[in-house]
Amino acid sequence: MKNKHLRILENESIYVMREAAAQFENPAILFSGGKDSILLVHLARKAFYPAKFPFPLVHIDTGHNFPETIVYRDELIEKLGARLIVGSVQESIDKGRVVEETGPEASRNWLQTVTLLDTIKEHKIDAAIGGGRRDEERARAKERFFSHRDIYGQWDPKNQRPELWNIFNGRKNPGEHFRVFPISNWTELDVWQYISQEKIALPSLYFSHKRKVFDRDGVTFAYTDFMTLLPHEKVYEKTVRFRTIGDATCTGTVDSNANTLEDIIAEVAASRLTERGNRNDDKRSEAAMEDRKLQGYF
Amino acid sequence: MDLLRFTTAGSVDDGKSTLIGRLLFDSKLIFEDQLQEIERTSKRRGEDGLNLALLTDGLRAEREQNITIDVAYRYFATPRRKFIIADTPGHEQYTRNMVTGASTADLAVILIDARKGVSRQSKRHASISSLLQIPHIVVCVNKMDLVEYSRDRFEEIVQEFEEFAGKLEVEDITFIPISALKGDNIVNKTENMPWYKGSTLMYHLEHVNIASDKNLVDFRFPVQYVIRPHQDFRGFAGRIVSGVIRPGEEIMVLPSRLTSTVRSIVTMNGELEEASAGVSVVMTIEDDIDISRGDMIVRKKNVPQVASKFDAFFCWMNPKSMEVDRQYMLMHSTRAVKAYARDIIYRLNVDTLHREKNGTLELNDIGRVEFETSQPLYFDPYKNNRGAGSFIVIDPATNVTVGAGMIRSAVVEETTQPAIKQKKSPDVVWHEWNIPREVREERNGHKAAVLWLTGLSASGKSTIARELEKKIYQKGCRTMLLDGDQVRHGLCSDLGFSDYDRTENIRRVAETARLFFEHGNIVICTFISPFQSDRDFARSLLPDGRFFEIYVDCDIETARTRDPKGLYERAIKGEIKNFTGISSPYEKPAKPELILNSKNYKPEELVDILYEELYSNQILT
Repeated sequence: MKNKHLRILENESIYVMREAAAQFENPAILFSGGKDSILLVHLARKAFYPAKFPFPLVHIDTGHNFPETIVYRDELIEKLGARLIVGSVQESIDKGRVVEETGPEASRNWLQTVTLLDTIKEHKIDAAIGGGRRDEERARAKERFFSHRDIYGQWDPKNQRPELWNIFNGRKNPGEHFRVFPISNWTELDVWQYISQEKIALPSLYFSHKRKVFDRDGVTFAYTDFMTLLPHEKVYEKTVRFRTIGDATCTGTVDSNANTLEDIIAEVAASRLTERGNRNDDKRSEAAMEDRKLQGYF
Repeated sequence: MDLLRFTTAGSVDDGKSTLIGRLLFDSKLIFEDQLQEIERTSKRRGEDGLNLALLTDGLRAEREQNITIDVAYRYFATPRRKFIIADTPGHEQYTRNMVTGASTADLAVILIDARKGVSRQSKRHASISSLLQIPHIVVCVNKMDLVEYSRDRFEEIVQEFEEFAGKLEVEDITFIPISALKGDNIVNKTENMPWYKGSTLMYHLEHVNIASDKNLVDFRFPVQYVIRPHQDFRGFAGRIVSGVIRPGEEIMVLPSRLTSTVRSIVTMNGELEEASAGVSVVMTIEDDIDISRGDMIVRKKNVPQVASKFDAFFCWMNPKSMEVDRQYMLMHSTRAVKAYARDIIYRLNVDTLHREKNGTLELNDIGRVEFETSQPLYFDPYKNNRGAGSFIVIDPATNVTVGAGMIRSAVVEETTQPAIKQKKSPDVVWHEWNIPREVREERNGHKAAVLWLTGLSASGKSTIARELEKKIYQKGCRTMLLDGDQVRHGLCSDLGFSDYDRTENIRRVAETARLFFEHGNIVICTFISPFQSDRDFARSLLPDGRFFEIYVDCDIETARTRDPKGLYERAIKGEIKNFTGISSPYEKPAKPELILNSKNYKPEELVDILYEELYSNQILT
C-alpha cells in the first residue's frame, strides 16, 4: 500500500481522541485555524462517526488574525454544529491580566498563555486537545500523548508520567488538567500527504497568492494593520504562501508558487528549512519553546 | 510506505546521539536552520566540529549537562519507510525510560563502544529489549575507527554478546560494525572494513521484515467508547489489539460471556469487509447486549485467560519503593481496576540475570510479581500478545504511573491446601480450621469429597444423587446434598439466570460445598453448571483427588421428552429466557472424572458405578 504509514498514524490518533473522550469529562479541541488543528477536527469527526462531533473548539484570539482564518473557522463551526469558545487576548489586556508588549516587534504570542489558562479554567476544560507534533520542535519532542498540567497550568518535563504501550493515564486532581496530543507522531510531510489524501479543505493562506509584505531579520512578513514598520522597512508585493499560520505578527511567509496540495507536498519534501524556521516566536532564545511550554503554552 | 518504530539505547559515551544525528544527517534529513543552530551552539561551547548530539537533546537541562533525561521521539523517512525513533537515555537511573521506549518498539538498536566491549549497560539494554519482547535487535559496535577497524575486536564483542544473549529470549539479532562519528556503515557502506559483508544500518532498518510480528490469530477488541447517535444505532468504538474480524462472525463479550454476531464494521469512509490488528473501528452487533467501556469483544472459540490473579514481569518506576498489599490502580487495555501485589517472587538483576530475593522493588528494579485485582482481567500472556498482556500501575494517592507490567500467566491456586480467598481485602487473614479435616475424617471412617454432577436440565442428576446419598448414608457416612432448586430458594434467591448470575450462583455453591467438605462430608452437588470455568473454580477450592466432576450425559432430545417440570416446552416457546441447551450454551466437561450415560443406563446402574468410583478412589474403604 502506498500510504500505509498514514493509515497507521490515523488509527493511532483516533484511538487517542477516543481515550480523551472516555477518560475526561469536559475535553475540548484547541483550534488555531492552522492546518494541524484542522487535521485534529477531521480526525475527531472520524473517531466518533456516525455520532455528532463531540468536542467544543477553543480559539485563543490574539486579535491579530488574518481575516481568512476567521472566515474558515466560522464556516467550519457551522458545518460541524459544534460549539465555539473564544478566549480573547484583548480582553485579558483590558482586564489587566497581562500587559501588552511595546515597540515594533511587539507580539501577543507570550500573552496567549494567560488567556489560554483563564479560558481553560472558566470553561472547566479538563483535557485540551492540541495539534502539537513532536517533530516540530525539540521541547515538543519530549511530550506525552497525555500530558499532565498542574493547577497553575504548568508542565514539569523532568517529572513526566511514563507512558507505555498505548495505555494512557489521565487521572488527576481537581483543578489540574491535561493536554492531549493525538498527532504527536505525525511529521509536517505526513500532515500534508494526509490532507491531500483526504481532500481536506484549508484556508487560502496556505496556497500561493499575491500580498503586501515587508522584510525583517531575514523573514518576509505579511503587512497588516497590526505591524509597525521600522524606518528602513519597505512594503512591496510578492507571491507567497504560509507554511504555518499563527498570529499575524509572528508568522512569516515563504516564497512559493505552490497553489495545489501536490505542489505543497513537493515543496515540503524538498525544503531544507524547518517549518517553524520563520516563526519569530521561536527565535527569542535557544529554549524559547521550552520556556513557554513550562508556563502552560500550547 | 511502511512505518518502523525503533528504540536506541546506549550510555552517554557510546555515541548514541551522534548515531541518530548521523542517520538524519546522512539521509539529508537535518534542516539547514537546525544545522546552523547546532553550529552556533557547538562553536559557542568551544567544541571541535559539529556536535550532532545537540540535535536530539531537547531540554535545556539536557543540553547543559550533556545528557539525555527523557525519552525523545525523532522522525525521519526514506522512500521505503517512515521511522519513529524512541531515543532513551543510557544512564542507570533512567531505566524506566528505556522500558517506556521499548514498549512500542519493533526493533532495538543497542550500541557498544568497540574499545570497552559489552558493558553492564549493554546487557541491561538487551535484557529489557527481551523482557519487552522487541522482535528484532541490532547491535551496533561503534567507534570502530578507534580500534583500527579490527575484525578480531568486532568478532570478540559479537561472541561476548551472544554468550549473554543466549540466556535471553531474543529471536533475531544482527551485528553491524560502525563508526557513527565517521559515518562508516550507517547509510553508506564503508571501505574501511572490507571484511564485513553485511548490510549498513540504514539498509537493515529499511528492509527488516516486521509484517509477521503482528498477532493475527487472537481477536481482541477492548471497547473504548460506546457510540449512540440515535435510538437505532449502537456501536462499540475501539482499536483492534490483535486478530482479524469480519461481519457475520460470532463473537463473545467479556465479562458477561453473552454471544452475538458482528453486524457491521463502521468507519467514516464506509463499512469494512474485514478489519485487523491496529485498526480503529466502530463495531455493531446483531443482539442488544449491554456492553460498555472496559468490556472486551473476542471470538467465541478463542477466549483469553480470565483471572484476577496473575504473575507478571514488573518494572517499578517510582522513587518511593513498591509495597506489597498496598492498594494500587491497575490499567489494562481500557479497564481500570483496584489491585495489589500479593507477592514479589524475585527481583531480576538485569545485568547478570540473577534472581534475588528482596521482598520489595525500588526505582528501576524489575521483578516477578504476583498481582491480584478486584475484578478479573481478560488477558493473553505478553509473550503471545503485547497489547493484551501489558498493564500499568498507578498510585491512587498521587495519580502517578508507578510501574508497568508484562503478564506471564494466570495464577492457579495450589490445590493441596484449602484455597485462601483474599478477593475483598488483603487484611482478611486465613486461619487454619480449629479441628482439622483429617481428624474428622479419622473419626468418620471415610474421607471427605465433593461429587459434582453436571448436565442438562432433566438429564437425571438429581435422581442419581438422591439414591446415592441414601445408599452411603445407610452405610454410616456423613453426607450432604446440595441441589440447584434448593439453593435458589435461599442462599442464591437474589440471583437470576444471566451468565454473570450463573457464575455467582456456582461460586456460592462451591464455597458452601467446601465448608461441608472441611467438615468431613461427602458432598453431592447437582447443578446444571454449564460453564467449564465455573466448574474449574469449584475444583480449584479443593485438594487434588477430592473433587469429582461427573458428567451426566444425556442428549437434549431425551431430556426434552422427560422434562418433568415442563421447562423445555416453556423455553422453546420463549417463556423462559437463558435456558441451558435452548437459548444458553452448555459446555461439556473437558476432562470429567466420570461420565454417566443416563440415556442408555438406568439410574440404579449409574448409582452403582458412582459408588464403585468412591471405593476405587479410596474415599470409602
